[in-house]
Amino acid sequence: MAEPLLEVRELSIAFGGLRAVQDVSLRVPRASLTALIGPNGAGKTTLFALVSGFLRPDHGQVFFDGRDVTGQPPHLNARAGMTRTFQIVQPFALQTVRENIAVGAHLHIAGRAAALAEAEAVAERVGLAGQLDKPAADLTVAGRKRLELARALATRARLLLLDEVLAGLNPQEIGEMIPVVRSIADSGVTVLMIEHVMQAVMNLASHVWVLAQGQLIAEGSPAEVTRNPAVIEAYLGPGTAERLRKAHAA
Amino acid sequence: MKDAVAIVLFVLAVGAAALGFDSGVALNFIMMALYATLLAQAWNMLGGFGGQFSFGHALFFGSGAYVQAMAQLHGGINAWAALGLAVGAAALVGAFVGALAFRYGLKGSYFALITLAFAEVFRILALSVPFTGAGVGLMLPLREAVLNLQFDSPRGYALLLLGVVTLALAVTSWLRQSRFGAQLQAVRDNEDAARALGIDPLRTKLFACVLSAAFMGAGGAIYLQMFQYIDPAIAFGPTTSVEALLGAIVGGMGTLWGPVLGALALHVLSDVTRNLFGALPGINMVIYGLVLVVIVMFMPRGIAGIGQSVRTLWRGGRRG
Repeated sequence: MAEPLLEVRELSIAFGGLRAVQDVSLRVPRASLTALIGPNGAGKTTLFALVSGFLRPDHGQVFFDGRDVTGQPPHLNARAGMTRTFQIVQPFALQTVRENIAVGAHLHIAGRAAALAEAEAVAERVGLAGQLDKPAADLTVAGRKRLELARALATRARLLLLDEVLAGLNPQEIGEMIPVVRSIADSGVTVLMIEHVMQAVMNLASHVWVLAQGQLIAEGSPAEVTRNPAVIEAYLGPGTAERLRKAHAA
Repeated sequence: MKDAVAIVLFVLAVGAAALGFDSGVALNFIMMALYATLLAQAWNMLGGFGGQFSFGHALFFGSGAYVQAMAQLHGGINAWAALGLAVGAAALVGAFVGALAFRYGLKGSYFALITLAFAEVFRILALSVPFTGAGVGLMLPLREAVLNLQFDSPRGYALLLLGVVTLALAVTSWLRQSRFGAQLQAVRDNEDAARALGIDPLRTKLFACVLSAAFMGAGGAIYLQMFQYIDPAIAFGPTTSVEALLGAIVGGMGTLWGPVLGALALHVLSDVTRNLFGALPGINMVIYGLVLVVIVMFMPRGIAGIGQSVRTLWRGGRRG
């Protein structure tokens, strides 16, 4: 196997007595679209925060593109090519959509006009072209999710860590968003997404990691993972896998 | 581009007024309005564009004023050269306090408090050490000559201030349409999102603080030249801090013309109240307070954003 773009080795962090992430290791291959799933409170967002540098791990290491970036602050990670989005969208509310995306574009573009032009091009890719002059505060939830994606994309990230870009969207909006994520991955950007919407995970991800109570409990293709008894029990409670199996047999 | 045209028109209009009027009252008004504008502009760079609300901008003002005085009195340095030193010293103080506050992530009211505390510390230091003249203050000997940066009429100071205000307008315009300005406003609006997009919040805020402090220091140095006197209460007391932030907030934070409009409005207001309620000293501070409450509650965008605020109020919202 070629060197992965992102490698996480035995990453752990505890908040007081709560071991939020315990000994998690994973390897994200280049140009892949993979997903991290797990029940609420499993530590998925915490893992993203550790990888992207918003939190410093107690133990373990993070390698991005072969370089040790453990505990490196987020702005340096972004410059290296790893950008995260936020589950709770964080727009620059007072600024227009165009200005919001241009902030991302400015990471590699010094000129204002060039950054604004780049913002338009990126908006086109995520389907925000019609709303460039709106204040970010006036966007719908779906629009804000697209804006998160667009800003991160504008930094010319090589690895996008997408934290629930589909959460809070209605089925139609999810249907519209899936091709956007797919096209970003097809353009060569490596995507690791946290996602609850299984339709999207089944559709998009080539490989899935399952996190529960801070630990990785399973990994594999989406189909394998969803059949895994440990995963079913993590979501639905102990003993459920057995009962489901009996119900199917009956 | 639009900014540049507007700035040129502003300079021409104010310059013509300063050169055209001969009455002392009119020239004094122009001079003091430009002086208040400069303070508001300086505060706006950090407060309006960076979202870091300083309650102690007098710290930089006083540093500039004292260095301007000491360089001439103790160092025998020419007043124009002293102006450069004063601005540099204020910027240095800005770098120091900014580094300290931002390094430890002080935001919001904590940042306001630490700036206020530093201004008070400097005021007490200035009261205690001999080279600032302690409580007596420092008096600049009257030597009216352009070379000494002392003018025989308010017109000279008005033109000098117009030059610095224009420079501040240019810097503010740059903040509106440059990479640095975009990054500063991103940090203001959402620091975590800015970090995720590759912006170093510490360096960004620090540079804005230095810029803001430098202009505030210029304000202090020019104040000294105008009145030839400085003492710890004038230099580091809260009055100047309040004047700076009020002008920017009333006019419209994070805008190009807000500080100009705000400073002008407050200056007119204080003149009117002084004439109407001359028998009640201090009443203008009460009225300032009322104006601030009304602006913050109903017009968060200040005078520069009055149209939008009225529309929001009309639609029934409080803030938008």
